[in-house]
Amino acid sequence: MSKFKKKKKGLPAISTASLPDIVFMLLFFFMVSTTMRETDLLIKKPALPTASEVKKLEQKSLVSTIYIGKSKDSRIAGDKIQVNDKIVDVKDIQSFIFSERASRSEDEVKYMTTSIKADKEANVGTILDIKEQLRDINALKISFSTTKGTDFKKNY
Amino acid sequence: MARRENSEINAGSMADIAFLLLIFFLVTTTMDVDSGIARKLPEKTPPDQKTDIVVKEKNVLDIVVNRNNQLLVENEFVKVTDIKRLAMDFIDNGGGVSAPKGDIPGEPCDYCNGAKDPASSDHPSKAIISLQSDRGTTYGMYISIQNEIEGAYNELRNKLALKKYKRSYKDLLGDYKDNGSAKIKAKIDFLKDSYPQIITEPEPIK
Repeated sequence: MSKFKKKKKGLPAISTASLPDIVFMLLFFFMVSTTMRETDLLIKKPALPTASEVKKLEQKSLVSTIYIGKSKDSRIAGDKIQVNDKIVDVKDIQSFIFSERASRSEDEVKYMTTSIKADKEANVGTILDIKEQLRDINALKISFSTTKGTDFKKNY
Repeated sequence: MARRENSEINAGSMADIAFLLLIFFLVTTTMDVDSGIARKLPEKTPPDQKTDIVVKEKNVLDIVVNRNNQLLVENEFVKVTDIKRLAMDFIDNGGGVSAPKGDIPGEPCDYCNGAKDPASSDHPSKAIISLQSDRGTTYGMYISIQNEIEGAYNELRNKLALKKYKRSYKDLLGDYKDNGSAKIKAKIDFLKDSYPQIITEPEPIK
């Protein structure tokens, strides 16, 4: 009889020793998967304008981004255009788009979008020049990158 | 003799530390979703093709913005926030008939709620918004105007969607994204066809 009673007495606590392992696994997963793959900006970080009627860009792999902003060197005036990791001229946009197209399969090309991340102080002339370049090579889907909001006062 | 039992180090708080880190990373690494105003650029016409399309003046809403970010809509000085209303009035006017499609003659706009002013646009499918900017206009202003125009179209489509399908345009778009059925696509296409976005951007003022 005493044998049975002994068993009932010490109910062992559930070991939580493996909990940290589980959580660490989750932690590492999030740390690894959310690495920001952001290109190093050579221009000043563009302050995006605010808009309310925004659409989310889907399929990030099909988006090519063009950055437009001021030079980091405040003595240099005018808008600078950056694609990938270098500052380029307006005319080089076409070759950039071609190289982006080359790295995708052929039937994906028509879904490719060009996202324009421009500073709100940039000149419209620069934007329109880029749009003209894109039209020339039939890269017609574009998106003006903005932050979502309703405070438009800061836009102009 | 007192330390006979070498008790285990308590690992219970380890989980707390890990959780703290986990929550920190969860909160701080918000994936910056790229969002913006989507536009489709017009295709280039071949240079040998002459395309002179005559459009009635009343079917064009002229928006001009200069390098000081000042706005003219139909030669009147306005604020950016007025554009949405002006554009909606203009698009939704429905003062005449639509463009004839093949053999079918033009029909008056039966879903428009506008003033039916004969001096404004004939039909949403004919209403053109022209945005002429200066090279020196700031991009923020340009985006604000684009946003207002987009807002005008979205609101008109939304009104029609509520009337016809008892659903908001946004809901329909959301549904389509979730399960992409052909039925919803047809509805969205109908709304888009009812109020097509016709925006033209002439050469900027130098």
